[in-house]
Amino acid sequence: MSTRQTILPLEFRRVVYEADGTRLLHDIDLTLAGGRRTVILGPNGAGKSLLLRLAHGLLAPSSGDIVWRGAGTRERVIRRQAMVFQRPVMLRRSALGNLTHALKVRGVPRDEGRERARAALAMAGLSDLAHRPARLMSGGEQQRLALARAWATEPEILFLDEPTASLDPAATRAVETLIGGFHAAGTTVVMSTHDLGQARRIADDVLFLHKGRVVEFGAADRFFEHPSSAEARAFVAGELLW
Amino acid sequence: MNTLGQAIAEAGTLLAGFDADLLEIIGLSLRVSLTAVLIACVIGFPLGAAVALFKFPGRGAVSLLLNTFMGLPPVVVGLLVFLMLSRAGPLGVLGLLFTPTAMIIAQALLVTPIVAALTRQIVADLWREYGEHLHSLDASPTARLGTLIYDARFSLATAVLAGFGRAIAEVGAVMIVGGNIDHATRVMTTAIALETSKGNLATALALGFVLLTIALVVNAVVELVNGWAGRKAALA
Ligand SMILES: Nc1ncnc2c1ncn2[C@@H]1O[C@H](COP(=O)(O)OP(=O)(O)OP(=O)(O)O)[C@@H](O)[C@H]1O
Ligand SMILES: [Mg+2]
Repeated sequence: MSTRQTILPLEFRRVVYEADGTRLLHDIDLTLAGGRRTVILGPNGAGKSLLLRLAHGLLAPSSGDIVWRGAGTRERVIRRQAMVFQRPVMLRRSALGNLTHALKVRGVPRDEGRERARAALAMAGLSDLAHRPARLMSGGEQQRLALARAWATEPEILFLDEPTASLDPAATRAVETLIGGFHAAGTTVVMSTHDLGQARRIADDVLFLHKGRVVEFGAADRFFEHPSSAEARAFVAGELLW
Repeated sequence: MNTLGQAIAEAGTLLAGFDADLLEIIGLSLRVSLTAVLIACVIGFPLGAAVALFKFPGRGAVSLLLNTFMGLPPVVVGLLVFLMLSRAGPLGVLGLLFTPTAMIIAQALLVTPIVAALTRQIVADLWREYGEHLHSLDASPTARLGTLIYDARFSLATAVLAGFGRAIAEVGAVMIVGGNIDHATRVMTTAIALETSKGNLATALALGFVLLTIALVVNAVVELVNGWAGRKAALA
């Protein structure tokens, strides 16, 4: 991660996303710099998940460009990224099997893969559950497993879509600690959340989306202390808005 | 009533005595159908999975063909294979008509669409669940296929058993391309048809009983696989 050339920053240039003739994201312009923790906020349906999927390359923009501007973009950029979904995709395999599978797909030699998988499980506090079928694990354990799986692939940037949406406070804290671990290791973190407390705890930057537009994007302190738009003020105050 | 009772008794004797002719017929049935199913899997798994995963020209047509052939009557398949293998047919020089190989070909044609169509459905369902993750991992097409087929192995096992059930029970195709020749191409279903028409109910009943047992075992295995997989929901 550290010695290779970076693929960041990531730049959105007038990105539009449409489905069935409806414009869901309007003219998104933004630049995500390396090493920062960006939290995407916005009410339901604002376009947070779409934005993450576009950034990660799971969706293609209807118009505009998504550009990785770093020097390290000669190999496939998606291999330098990882994404954790709100309901993590758990293969019908053991916890360990989920990790070794990901590493095998990425071409990591078998022995090294097992070692890295074990280390990632240990990091996520899941060593005792290594042989448990992943789909029998609790929601919090699954989310930690998804993070361990992402960790094992050593991404330069990690996308998370509401990673703690259905977790209890203890599990949420565990996930936040793991996210902190990614940040400490130099991974750029981009996550969406509905949890304002979590956003305050994690965010360096806040990206506030509303109705498919970026309403605010900047330092988290400023966003929470002095939101400049009426929508963001209402959102921070906890007033519903659509 | 009397003849029926007599027939049942004789059937029991035949089975209990491991009648050589009977065993030969059962053996050939199993060999033909199991080989046909094996071929059907080798073709049907990748074909079904490919139709589920990849967009390629003719994909819709393949899908339509699979679904159509799934319900094709065995006699029609038998007729098609007969025409291909008959002396005047394009593959006539091979001299395969009225051999077990011809029967294997016919049953493989019957079973492949079943295995492929069920595989397509199973893999498509799993792809809906796994797709974004596999995309995120940047898995190659081969890695995607491998992952999906491996993780769907329990569901695919039931598809294989469904195919075997169809093969072992069909009579039309093997009758036409095999010819029901004693000690050569006689299998359980064709033997039952012949013996019944000859009024030789004992042999027919004995073979019918064996078929019934095989059907029972196949279904029990399906239940077992499903139940076991269900318990380990995780893996199924
Ligand atoms: N494939 C699609 N076709 C049509 N509309 C879609 C599609 N995907 C998303 N949408 C719509 O786009 C809008 C934004 O969706 P998105 O999932 O990004 O919202 P979100 O901000 O993540 O919301 P939530 O907080 O509920 O997760 C929603 O109104 C949704 O209904
Ligand atoms: Mg969402």
